[in-house]
Amino acid sequence: MKPVVFRVSLLAVIATMLLAACAPAAAPATPTAAASASVFKIAVVFPSAHNDAAFSQSMYEALLTVQKDMGGPSKVEIAYSENLFNVPDAAAAIRDYASKGYNLVIAHGSQYGTSLEQIAPDFPKTAFAWGTSLDTFQEAGINNVFAYQADAEQGGYVQGVMAAMLSKSGVIGITGPVEAGDAKLYVDGFKQGVLATKPNDKVNITYTGSFSDVSLMAAAATTQIQNGADVLTGSSQSVVGAIGVCKDKNVLWFGQQWDQASLAPSIVVSSQVYDWVPTLEDMIALVQKGVLGGKGYTLTFANKGLVIQYNPSYTVPADVKSAADAATQGIIDGKITVQP
Amino acid sequence: MSDLFTLSVLMGIIVSGIRLATPYLFAAIGETFAQTSGVLNLGVEGIMLMGAFSGFYIASTTGSLWLGLLTAAVVGILMGLLMALVSVTLQAEQGISGIGLSLFGLGLSSLLFEKTIVSVVAISGFQPIRIPILGNIPYIGDALFDHSILVYAAFLLVPLSIYVLNHTPIGLKIRAVGQNPQAADSLGISVAKIRYLTVSFGGMMAGIAGASLSLALIDLFQENMTNGMGYIAVALVYFGGWNPLGVLGGSLLFSFVNAFQLWLQVKGVQIPSNIALMMPYVLTIVALAFAANRARQPTALDKPFERGES
Repeated sequence: MKPVVFRVSLLAVIATMLLAACAPAAAPATPTAAASASVFKIAVVFPSAHNDAAFSQSMYEALLTVQKDMGGPSKVEIAYSENLFNVPDAAAAIRDYASKGYNLVIAHGSQYGTSLEQIAPDFPKTAFAWGTSLDTFQEAGINNVFAYQADAEQGGYVQGVMAAMLSKSGVIGITGPVEAGDAKLYVDGFKQGVLATKPNDKVNITYTGSFSDVSLMAAAATTQIQNGADVLTGSSQSVVGAIGVCKDKNVLWFGQQWDQASLAPSIVVSSQVYDWVPTLEDMIALVQKGVLGGKGYTLTFANKGLVIQYNPSYTVPADVKSAADAATQGIIDGKITVQP
Repeated sequence: MSDLFTLSVLMGIIVSGIRLATPYLFAAIGETFAQTSGVLNLGVEGIMLMGAFSGFYIASTTGSLWLGLLTAAVVGILMGLLMALVSVTLQAEQGISGIGLSLFGLGLSSLLFEKTIVSVVAISGFQPIRIPILGNIPYIGDALFDHSILVYAAFLLVPLSIYVLNHTPIGLKIRAVGQNPQAADSLGISVAKIRYLTVSFGGMMAGIAGASLSLALIDLFQENMTNGMGYIAVALVYFGGWNPLGVLGGSLLFSFVNAFQLWLQVKGVQIPSNIALMMPYVLTIVALAFAANRARQPTALDKPFERGES
């Protein structure tokens, strides 16, 4: 039998090594040279990776833009924690940021709502924001929470119009993650766009039940293609699996939440991109004036929070492009109503 | 509904099912060796992630898929050795140290990904190889004999591991160490050596399982892309009753039902997607409850071996 002391100390050494390596990959994006009173400190908690080519990245890139516009890291400090799909972990991170004196703490996931409702009253001097939702908890007597959401069905509709015109087989596939949140809005809008253009087209929807199951998402895309689909779209960070399949089979793809053209330049037609910059700028301005919450924001085509980003490597036929522009304008003018 | 039961749908289910089963097979067969020798390695998930990342990183920087695969295997062995060090030499609680290893793999692969590749990019992975003659059989050729090399390898692993475990001296030693380490030890078999061997082999297989995702089936790396597959692989070993054939059956059942439920959804069968998504899990549990064969369960599973005790 080996001495227990030897064993325990070896275990301790290994544990320390593991812990050191496991340290959360969360860090201030850019460390500030010197923290001064004029620095606006923003912290954000992401359910997935900040570079997920989808929901989290849309917020991350917006924060970087805001930081740049406001004068760089010396004016705006950004910290983030990522891959906190697990709500209790996220809640701990939110609380941690609030107690460290961040001016604005963003909980970037609809699953964080109930936690935020509990945390926000404990930090009355901190502004919080969460999405996607429109509930600022004012009815519960909380005044320091902003809420934001995206009318994802609008871009879904416009891309649905294009999908219907580009599909030769008349079969269009949607690979959704979960039947909820902005994914469901997008899916429903897309389907309406297709059917408004080609009422006899078939729109098949598969859900994988997971935001992160890349493997099942790839299988879903394969199934859709075997079933005759020649245009696909989908939502969540797991669609990278589906996009890979589409690239292999040369099937068109429409992106959602973030510009996905770089993943497969040959087959991505366009992407609906969330631009949170105006939302963030308005929030920051309010916080600086002492208003810490109570306002809800919605990204739409009309307020330019939603943008259809075309893939420069893919040439969209002129008639398709003009139909998309007409649909966009119709939604802005209120002539087309997309049911959420 | 009527057009759900057609030949092309059936072939579609088989093709998707085989692809989905591949990573489970690699990981679960490797884990079968570790468990048969008495070590429960719950670190499979983390090793898969490290294999997926390291394989992808090397393949995308050098352009060589084979070098990527080799790296994934080596990284898997190293992580297996780490697990063996903690659980065999230091005799730590196996379940806890395995979960630790999983979290370690998740954290490290994410960290390295952010520091090196930064954002999701795709590569051209192992391409399907159509097997001559067999691949030309109508339908069956497309379904069974037009896959990438890693898919064939995963399925060839099954008979190979049955042979090794049941018909070779090393297989006998592995089983002896898992059933009665004291007796094995008194016969001059080094329990620690055998367990190091099986756990690092299991690690290698888990690393390759990860690489089969990032280099052959999905052709990209994303943080936490295994999404719990490693834990399902561990469960499949129990499901298969520590028999590679049973592991094959479990992997295929789980994957085929998963492929089937996607077709249910595509064909617009009117059942809620949540119910469809539950099917593979429910069926696996049901099958486990009725068909579980614990006769082969290694008696010394999850028990560290201490020489001279008992």
